Amino acid sequence: MWRDALLVGSKDLRIEFRSRVTTTQVAPYAVLVLVLFGFAFDQDQNLLTKAAAGLFWVAVLLSSLLAVQRSYAIEATDGARDSLRLSGLDPAGIFLGKTLAVVAELLVLEVLLGFGVVVLFGIELHDPALLVVTCLAASVGLAAAGTLYGMIAAGLRVRETLLPLLILPVVAPVLLGATQAWMAALGTAGGGTDGWKWLSLLISFTVIYVAAGSLAFSILVEES
Amino acid sequence: MEPVIRFRSAVAFAGRFPVLAGVDLDVSGGDVVLLRGANGAGKTSILRAAAGLLRVVSGEARVLGSDLVLDQRAVRRRIGLLGHTSGLYDDLGVSDNVRFALRSSGVSSDRASCALETLGLVGRLADTPVRSLSAGQRRRVALAVLLARDPELWLLDEPHAGLDADHRDLLDGLVKSAASRGRTVVIASHESDRAEPLAGHIATVAGGVVVEVAPGPACRGSEPAEVERIVA
Repeated sequence: MWRDALLVGSKDLRIEFRSRVTTTQVAPYAVLVLVLFGFAFDQDQNLLTKAAAGLFWVAVLLSSLLAVQRSYAIEATDGARDSLRLSGLDPAGIFLGKTLAVVAELLVLEVLLGFGVVVLFGIELHDPALLVVTCLAASVGLAAAGTLYGMIAAGLRVRETLLPLLILPVVAPVLLGATQAWMAALGTAGGGTDGWKWLSLLISFTVIYVAAGSLAFSILVEES
Repeated sequence: MEPVIRFRSAVAFAGRFPVLAGVDLDVSGGDVVLLRGANGAGKTSILRAAAGLLRVVSGEARVLGSDLVLDQRAVRRRIGLLGHTSGLYDDLGVSDNVRFALRSSGVSSDRASCALETLGLVGRLADTPVRSLSAGQRRRVALAVLLARDPELWLLDEPHAGLDADHRDLLDGLVKSAASRGRTVVIASHESDRAEPLAGHIATVAGGVVVEVAPGPACRGSEPAEVERIVA
């Protein structure tokens, strides 16, 4: 399974490296979202500072939709998905591979957006370890849920518009947990907020999404 | 000996439309069978059902000894399907596509270079992104994947489409060679003049059923040297 996951993940990343869609479209989009948030809250620097964690994760969430759509767009061309099915690869391996590729792209985006938050919003980091672990857990959660629901939508004619409707409600716990953990790590949360507890919640949902995707993907690959 | 493909009253749907309406078909090991029939007769659906891509919902569908009604994924690594689409990734190069296809099928990617050479996909062409290729060149890349995998059952859907005269001849040679090595080949084609001489049997398909199976010209060809190198 892990061999198949590495094979699929490295293939997806190689395609992204060659096509440069992430660097030329998804990353600028994410930065643009962050800058627009900055414009919207510019009159109130205090509010901007307090909302920075939420704005960061909303920007990541919106960008993750593009990354997931792109992940399935490359399988939709010229019968590539049928080839993947015919290859006999372990469906759980395909799921994990596609998830890993999206995680890698999201982590790059988060580094970029992290600099953006510090520079544009004037944020100071209080607990870098919590920030980094939250980014890892939330990226896996977003990518796993996105990959799972991306496959559900993959065979549908209206997949581009349906995918956000499917994903956004499901990843709300990830958004909540990651935002609260980041607020604690940035020192912008109210007193008594334990970021590591929110991280535990985030990790719980991430584990559920990864497990559900690994189990359900074999059915979804055949039925989509 | 059990046939490589055994369909009995096989029924399959595309959405609500019955694309296979009770197919009866036996294909023996090492045979080359031509499926012919009008557009929409069900030729492609038979190939997709045999590959386990189209679910057979009733009747019997056994391929290479496995019951596809129970497990449609059982034999995929032993089957190669050359379909209407190439199954390639536009942004990857020719060589990268072939190597990925081989590795994902559990076959050593060392076989790629010989297959690419046989299909004339060498030099700068090997690194060219597939999106820049013509339809015929894409077909040759997909054929290179099939050749390098050398599966037990070859399913070819309009295999001559898009190929120039030289590569059509090469394809015919590869089919004959595969049959001579004991591989089973099923071809769906409208091009009777090209495909019939290859066929050991000719099955006529109409309305989602096989209406007639007749003997075709014998198919035993010589082994091209390139193919011997690849499968060695």
